[in-house]
Amino acid sequence: MAQENTVQHTVHSYDEELKKLDETIDRMGDMAEVQLQSAIQALVRRDGEIARQVVEADMRIDDLEHQVSTQAVRLLALRQPVAQDLREIVAALKISSDLERIGDYAANIGKRVIALSQTTPFKLPAGLPRMGWLAQKIIKDVLSAYDNHDSQKALAAWHSDEEVDETYSGLFRELLTHMMEDPRNIGACTHMLFIAKNIERIGDHATNIAEIIYYMVVGEPLDAARPKGDITSSMTISPPTTS
Amino acid sequence: MTTAATEKTQRAPFEMPAQAMPSAQAQGVLAEKVSIRDLSFFYDQSKALKNISLPLYDKQVTAFIGPSGCGKSTLLRVLNRIYDLYPKQRATGEVLLDGHNILSSKQDLNLLRAKIGMVFQKPTPFPMSIYDNVAFGVRLYENLSSSEMDARVEAALRRAALWGEVKDKLKNSGLSLSGGQQQRLCIARGVAVKPSVLLLDEPCSALDPISTSKVEELIDELKSDYCIVIVTHNMQQAARAADFTAFMYLGELVEYGVTEQIFTNPANEKTQQYITGRFG
Repeated sequence: MAQENTVQHTVHSYDEELKKLDETIDRMGDMAEVQLQSAIQALVRRDGEIARQVVEADMRIDDLEHQVSTQAVRLLALRQPVAQDLREIVAALKISSDLERIGDYAANIGKRVIALSQTTPFKLPAGLPRMGWLAQKIIKDVLSAYDNHDSQKALAAWHSDEEVDETYSGLFRELLTHMMEDPRNIGACTHMLFIAKNIERIGDHATNIAEIIYYMVVGEPLDAARPKGDITSSMTISPPTTS
Repeated sequence: MTTAATEKTQRAPFEMPAQAMPSAQAQGVLAEKVSIRDLSFFYDQSKALKNISLPLYDKQVTAFIGPSGCGKSTLLRVLNRIYDLYPKQRATGEVLLDGHNILSSKQDLNLLRAKIGMVFQKPTPFPMSIYDNVAFGVRLYENLSSSEMDARVEAALRRAALWGEVKDKLKNSGLSLSGGQQQRLCIARGVAVKPSVLLLDEPCSALDPISTSKVEELIDELKSDYCIVIVTHNMQQAARAADFTAFMYLGELVEYGVTEQIFTNPANEKTQQYITGRFG
């Protein structure tokens, strides 16, 4: 299973550069996780200030993505990596772009919470923050799988995205029903629907990361069919019949 | 390690996953030109090759890589029995060239070396003209008219991508050429006798990067006609030039496979350590 290289490179500076790349990914991952956590916290508390901080902090993740690209391109050009080293560097490049997207979605949740905090109070569906915490848990798990070169943990995290998708399908139905019940809900519900969609996308990116880690460790792509619990693309909701 | 390596050695050559094969193999058109079977080699008492089995495919390039002293050059030297020139060196097992065991005492060594050409680490042009360097080997095996010989020499020099550079100075000494040109001259000398297998022992280690690229391009061209085996210390060269790669260590074949698989996902930990620079 895990094939982490315990033997050091003959050239020590190579090890140091790889370690630095690893650390940048770790920092990026921690930041993306915290961004999502704060965005959900802002949503639950209707706290525009926390939401604003989330929006502003997104730039820092973008900066880190830039750092990862620079470090990875440098390693590719100067070290001509092969085998496990090559897979780790390519994985870092790909993971960083997934983490950057996760950051973007968290920031977008922040923007929508700012808008929501300015509307009349509304009832937050319980599934929405729960979905956020689920996605956050997946991010945490894939980051830990990355740190430990643990393909089995990556696989487990990959499977758990199904629950996020299912929660999303339930929320989709619930929010549409609220909108049909009272058109005054439409503004807030649309924002919440987009927030739910953002979290669903975050789950997908975390799943991507799990796949990348699996390949990085095992050397072969994860060929099982991806778990899919999101059925909203084909879902229709009929308005209640008036008597 | 020994058990894992031995197990791998015996299994790998014949049980490669189909999706890892280059397209030629996938289409089932690869022919085993040379079959090395349970080959061991001794320098007096010391065993330099330990029960090696692997195929060398026709019209494919196979690279032998491994640290100094791993036996890769020894293996190459067995393939044309050049070791026979030295006392107290012997090989056991079988090396089948088109089904005939070349290790047999009945093997005519001159004929064998016409079939299996070799190019060495340092360019070894003979102290004679460029033309005669190429014609020398041909004269040993064939009796050609002078126009036939001219055509043969030209064809060999063209094959070695050297014709354009030397066509106006065929009478000049082979030693007057640059290192890269000398090496291509040696390749021309090798292909002039129309061998079926070409052995290259570190052919680029004494060359500059541009000459190296030319030789690599040449290898790529030549493989449409020959079974090519290259021994190299330069792993990137193996990755660039070879279809199949064999990693050797301490006289054993540790891993053999399609080059792409060896360099992206080697099965053996020793291979991984060697190619990623975690050795010694």
